[in-house]
Amino acid sequence: MIGNIVAAITDGGEAATDFESIATVTLSGTQANIEFTSIPGTYKHLQLRGFAQCNRSTYGTDDIKMQFNSDTGSNYSFHAVRGTGAAAESTSGVSQAHILLVPGAGTQTGTATFCATITDILDYTDTNKYTTVRVLNGTDLNGTVAGFPGYVALSSGSWRNTNAITSIKMTINTGASFTQYTHFALYGIKG
Amino acid sequence: MPKTYEPIATTTLGTASATVTFSSIPGTYTDLILVGNFGHSQVNEGLWLQFNGDTASNYSLTTLYGNGTSALSARESNQTKAFVSYYVAPVNAISTLTICQIMNYSNATTNKTVISRSNRTDTGSNLPGTEASVNLWRKTPEAINSITISLNAGNIISGSTFTLYGIKAA
Repeated sequence: MIGNIVAAITDGGEAATDFESIATVTLSGTQANIEFTSIPGTYKHLQLRGFAQCNRSTYGTDDIKMQFNSDTGSNYSFHAVRGTGAAAESTSGVSQAHILLVPGAGTQTGTATFCATITDILDYTDTNKYTTVRVLNGTDLNGTVAGFPGYVALSSGSWRNTNAITSIKMTINTGASFTQYTHFALYGIKG
Repeated sequence: MPKTYEPIATTTLGTASATVTFSSIPGTYTDLILVGNFGHSQVNEGLWLQFNGDTASNYSLTTLYGNGTSALSARESNQTKAFVSYYVAPVNAISTLTICQIMNYSNATTNKTVISRSNRTDTGSNLPGTEASVNLWRKTPEAINSITISLNAGNIISGSTFTLYGIKAA
């Protein structure tokens, strides 16, 4: 999608208005979840760009659970391929209660290191098909956390529901909270 | 509606060059996106970035790549540059594409993280493949106001293009 966006922009500067900011959350303290609600249905696709850290007390990273329209049923699935710095691995989940962003947040509280995440949510208003997302995530810790020095991952997810997405909720997989300076920005892309 | 996603600057090399620099980057955006379509003059030399002229060992990398046969991962800690494309190939052809997402670049409170996707085409002898990478720049946090692009060795060849975009959140 980024390639398409870039092509649109390079075709003419005015096309840049086809990529619009919808809402932004920047935390001033810890918070258990982050939610975007009342998402307008006036775009073709959504892009969620995040920069996240959480207060999990162990390991170097944690994953983020993503749910749409408050659906907590087992209607999600995901696949991910990730690099650990030593090996390429793959993980997946079917009939899950969420899509898992692997990894989604850094855990080195007290440091200035966060996890970057970009999620494209395609055709989010199309009621004829399930919603599909793709994700690029990564956090690197300079090898400072033994066994968990960082990950980079490519993921896909599916929500087996044809409703238009009007809300997105994110929580930390292990139950930890997002920490200060965590930042998520939601953008709409016109078709 | 104000523009959210804007081109900041573009460079197309008229002659081969060891480096390309974007300087005086405004701090008015949330994220930066660097798009490069380029070639190089030597075999298997990765594309690197440096921020604000920092040449100290403040960079580190985790990368995932596939070469058509295997999926692999590697890490480089305490580096003097950010590897955004571990290898580029082939020689003297513009056939490597990289898109680098430089997140939250303008704040002075967090380290900077760059996630990137790169693809390189080839006939098979010079590490063709596809790659996703994350780089950390952990200098005492400061806003990024310049980006220097270089190769491990050799030159970025004539005709290579690099464009820097800014994305502005509400």
